[in-house]
Amino acid sequence: MLKVQFSKSLGGFSLEAAFSGADKGVTVLFGPSGAGKSSILACVAGASRPDSGRIELDGEALFDSASRIDLPMERRRIGWVFQDARLFPHLSVAGNLRFGLKRAPAGDTPIRFDEVVSVLGIERLLHRRPRDLSGGERQRVGLGRALLSQPRLLLMDEPLASLDAARRAEILPFFEQLKTRFGVPVLYVTHSLAEAVRLGDRMAVIHEGRVTAQGSLGEVVAQAGSRAQLGAALDGRVTRHDDQMSLVQVGAWDFRVPRIERSAGASLRLFVLARDVMLALDPPSRISARNVLPGQIVSIDEQEGQVLVRLTHDGQTLVCALTPDAVADLQLQPGMPAWAVVKSVAIDGLGGRLLSALEA
Amino acid sequence: MTLTPEEWLALATSLMVAARALVFALPLAVAVAWMLTRPRLPGRFILNALAHAPLVLPPVVVGYALLLLFGIRGPIGRILFETLHIRLAFTGGGAALAAGVMAFPLMLRALKLSFEAIDPGLDIAARSLGAGALDRFLNVSLPLAAPGVAAAAIVGFAACLGEFGAIITFAANVPGETQTLPLAIYAALQTPGGDATALKLSVLSFTIAIVALALSEVLARRAQKLAGR
Repeated sequence: MLKVQFSKSLGGFSLEAAFSGADKGVTVLFGPSGAGKSSILACVAGASRPDSGRIELDGEALFDSASRIDLPMERRRIGWVFQDARLFPHLSVAGNLRFGLKRAPAGDTPIRFDEVVSVLGIERLLHRRPRDLSGGERQRVGLGRALLSQPRLLLMDEPLASLDAARRAEILPFFEQLKTRFGVPVLYVTHSLAEAVRLGDRMAVIHEGRVTAQGSLGEVVAQAGSRAQLGAALDGRVTRHDDQMSLVQVGAWDFRVPRIERSAGASLRLFVLARDVMLALDPPSRISARNVLPGQIVSIDEQEGQVLVRLTHDGQTLVCALTPDAVADLQLQPGMPAWAVVKSVAIDGLGGRLLSALEA
Repeated sequence: MTLTPEEWLALATSLMVAARALVFALPLAVAVAWMLTRPRLPGRFILNALAHAPLVLPPVVVGYALLLLFGIRGPIGRILFETLHIRLAFTGGGAALAAGVMAFPLMLRALKLSFEAIDPGLDIAARSLGAGALDRFLNVSLPLAAPGVAAAAIVGFAACLGEFGAIITFAANVPGETQTLPLAIYAALQTPGGDATALKLSVLSFTIAIVALALSEVLARRAQKLAGR
């Protein structure tokens, strides 16, 4: 597990990083550009040195100012996937992939060449030079190269930022497979909530060099998104498909969403923006919205002129953004039973619409 | 155009001196160029100034400085002679040393440009993949600088073939040993009736230059390919 606690001044800007990573799965460092996310990543990798503090991975100190430990980058065994891929132009794709593999400790190479190549779908590219690859292909090779160095932790620095929306949608499934196939914990830097929601298990929000919130992704997203992006990330399972609709079970809730190309039984994360949720005190009948979900109001917070109402049922929480006027009119109180009403088209399971909605 | 045995000898001496000069000066220039691109190198200014000195000094001064250092009584020359029985002043080896020192800054410039052109991000990528400093130099920086190494070899070879002042001062004008083409041309011009020889050797120099340029094109293309461009 990664534990980070350090400070570093960066020309008129001070970085105070304090967070811990998930044991396995993806920890997202989320925040706007210039917040210091990439500087934190550089310190974890060893490319940059904090002024003071401690960085620890699986109990071993990578950096510790008190005991003067600063493990050189090449001995940290931390893989790094760069925004610009940084493939070696003088080596073929296969040569790039093997670069880290050859330098990994002998006898400790559980991540196999053939497996990585097939998971990333790059069999046909092995003999090509990096200059002959598309942006998406480069990113996949860069990811494969980092994985094959048998890292204890994988850093990903805005790996999708230099790609267009279509390429992003093409790469995201590969990133999702990472978690289940290779079991390497990931520290993922992004300013895109869509990517964070899609990939993250844990999340730390970075703002002006400081960690302003951290915790499980669901908790953090429900508190820390900006007004337009606030919402609930819900982990569910596809139960069945109708003609045009898919059913996704989240706890005791059944969501009806526009058809998703996933087989029944597949796990899936839904994201519902707070501004897309209506609240009713009686179950509405004869209504076009396909999702009417029962629950209990657990909290009512006023924030930046809007009121956020959290509704839970069977351990799952939806966030609903209302006007103070509506809250007063309905006399909403914590503990009241209520129904959340969500239009199917507002729910996103695969990221495409979410990406465009959040980044517009 | 037929060449006399003496003229053949001058040609062979020229090629030999240039080749020997490159063998020691090119690897050294590569190492120095790479060191100069390291951001945190102590004494970088001094190293840079020293390496570039032959470019701004008159060649005779360089030859004289070599005599002072590498002459049989010089601080380095004496050690070389007493321990290894190597004598550089007035020998073929000395001619190669003088030519190599003069060509050094020219090679260094070509190499430095190509090392500086390498994306520093690739070095960081190689480190993150577990490559140490020497490993990164041999397997990342050097192959990527291959076009610069090729360019440096060609420019250095040409400069060695053309070197006059430093060679004649440090290694004298000994036929078959230190008498390269420019020195042979100079000697011919000093000899009554030597004009024909001087002209022939000049044409020969020109021919070598053309062949070297053609070869350099081939070499440069190969190197570009190696660097993945």
